[in-house]
Amino acid sequence: MSSPKAQLEKLPRSIQAILLLGAIALAAFPLMPLTGADFYLQMLSQMMILAIFAMSLDLLQGVSGLVSLGHAAYFGLAGYALAFLTPADAPISLWWALPASALGAGLAALIIGFFVVRTHGIYFIMVTMAFAQMVFFLFFDNKALGGSDGVYVNFRPDASLFGWAGINLENKTTFYYFTLLLLVLVYAFLRRLLFSPFGRVLAGIRVNEHRMRAVGYGTFGYKLAAFTLAGALAGVAGFLWAAQTGYVNPELMGFHMSAHAIMMVILGGMGNFAGAIVGAFAFEYVMHFFKDLTKHWQLLMGSFIVLVVVFAPRGLLGLVGQLSKKRETP
Amino acid sequence: MDFANFLIQLLNSLQYGLLLFMLAAGLTLIFGIMGVVNLAHGSFYMLGAYLAWFLVGQLDSLVLAIALGTVIAVALGWLLEWSLFRHFYHRDHLDQVLLTFGLIYIFEEVRSILWGDDVHAVQVPEVLNWSIPLTDNLSYPVYRLVMSGVCIALALGLYLLISKTRLGMKIRAGAFNREMTESLGINIRLIHGVVFALGVALAAIAGMIASPIASVYPGMGSSVLIMCFVVVVIGGIGSVRGALVAALLVGLVDTFGKVLVPQIAGMAVYMLMAAVLLYKPEGLFKQ
Repeated sequence: MSSPKAQLEKLPRSIQAILLLGAIALAAFPLMPLTGADFYLQMLSQMMILAIFAMSLDLLQGVSGLVSLGHAAYFGLAGYALAFLTPADAPISLWWALPASALGAGLAALIIGFFVVRTHGIYFIMVTMAFAQMVFFLFFDNKALGGSDGVYVNFRPDASLFGWAGINLENKTTFYYFTLLLLVLVYAFLRRLLFSPFGRVLAGIRVNEHRMRAVGYGTFGYKLAAFTLAGALAGVAGFLWAAQTGYVNPELMGFHMSAHAIMMVILGGMGNFAGAIVGAFAFEYVMHFFKDLTKHWQLLMGSFIVLVVVFAPRGLLGLVGQLSKKRETP
Repeated sequence: MDFANFLIQLLNSLQYGLLLFMLAAGLTLIFGIMGVVNLAHGSFYMLGAYLAWFLVGQLDSLVLAIALGTVIAVALGWLLEWSLFRHFYHRDHLDQVLLTFGLIYIFEEVRSILWGDDVHAVQVPEVLNWSIPLTDNLSYPVYRLVMSGVCIALALGLYLLISKTRLGMKIRAGAFNREMTESLGINIRLIHGVVFALGVALAAIAGMIASPIASVYPGMGSSVLIMCFVVVVIGGIGSVRGALVAALLVGLVDTFGKVLVPQIAGMAVYMLMAAVLLYKPEGLFKQ
């Protein structure tokens, strides 16, 4: 499905400034003496993890025009990979557990992608969702895989390198900075990718796949590569999530999780990865806010989603972009 | 597997397939005619089941409950089309996905506020609460047979409505070429309202007639929604005939999968879907 919505691929100054300020604020946060700092540290870590997850989906949704309603499958699979790789009585080395989990998620995406990438538009949405649900039920129905109760991750991965134990992920602040580092790395990588020849082909596929094929690009291969890469990056996020919460369950791979990722990307603005980050923070904030407000938060959340779709289809960054453009060209 | 056992499984798969057809037909009709993807379709099934439970408690009769529930479902469908969906016909599929995802939240919470989060059961009506003996220790419940009968009758009604009546002609014309139909003086907005209400009613009726054999519980809509998607993907989107064939196929594979190879029961249907996608990415009966 090619979406004709204006994509803010090249970020205006104002948005770059917002991102930079945000990154500085995030980096400075653990240094501030706050009451309940631990709680906020944990909440912000989760938001950053979800931002990585949302960016991975944006590679499909915003850049390539492939709306996957089953992206949480790869997020959850990597989390489960960490849970099963970690022995019962000792932590596992981060340096091979993280690549292994992300590659596992990427491999699953490659296999499923082989089937789903052949389809288009609304078909793609339905088929990705159906395959994700297959993965969900595989874990939900099998006692050997933890069943509906899920699996505990007994230890956070061990980040010591050649005997040097300078990074200890059991420490909340260290974990926070590790997550921030990955967030920045993934963002930089994806931005770079966006303007690489590969990224340009993906953007071309979003606008007009037939033309790309006529020009001579094997679009199936490109789409499959994007799907696999997005799955692996979602795996990075899922790995972090499992390490942080110390627990995985099938809900991580469920339909709601996938839809939340779509919502985050939409809310922030599609196609430039900055929107995915902003959207993840905004979406999580709104959800926490509603949950604190009332036990009927789902009613508010549902109404919020409906209102966003009706009134702000270009997302928060789209709004900022419009405002700053007005100022620059009076 | 002896013959009686085989017969029971065959009837079960037929009954499950027909129920899926009722749901998938509504989903695919709404997509085929209005171009709207409706994730909230499963919620209508859930609302139907809860309505049946609630109304049976009030009226003490399943038939009356289904009659009244159908009226409520039609009204709800009409209201939703009029207030929300008509603004989304020309929007991106992505927007429709999000809109209907938001609606799922709203319906779940409304259900929770009105009827709580408990699991309920609906009694099979007294007249139908008996079984046909097949062998000494095997028998088949009459209610399930009646259920299949009702589904077949509704499917037949749907077929006659769409292919033989004047209204059906207008519906088909609207799906084929909206502008042309409109310029012929046919009120396409009215047609859309009718089709949407029909789709919602089909889902709700499926929920209502299924309530005595399945428990009524929160979140029952989402698993059904996924199965509907599988049926629509296999059958070919927008094709009601495809939905029928695919639903029966899914019913067979799911039921016999559970009996013959229980290890992969949950996956069997998805394997069928994957196989169909490899063979025909657009589904079996893509128009």
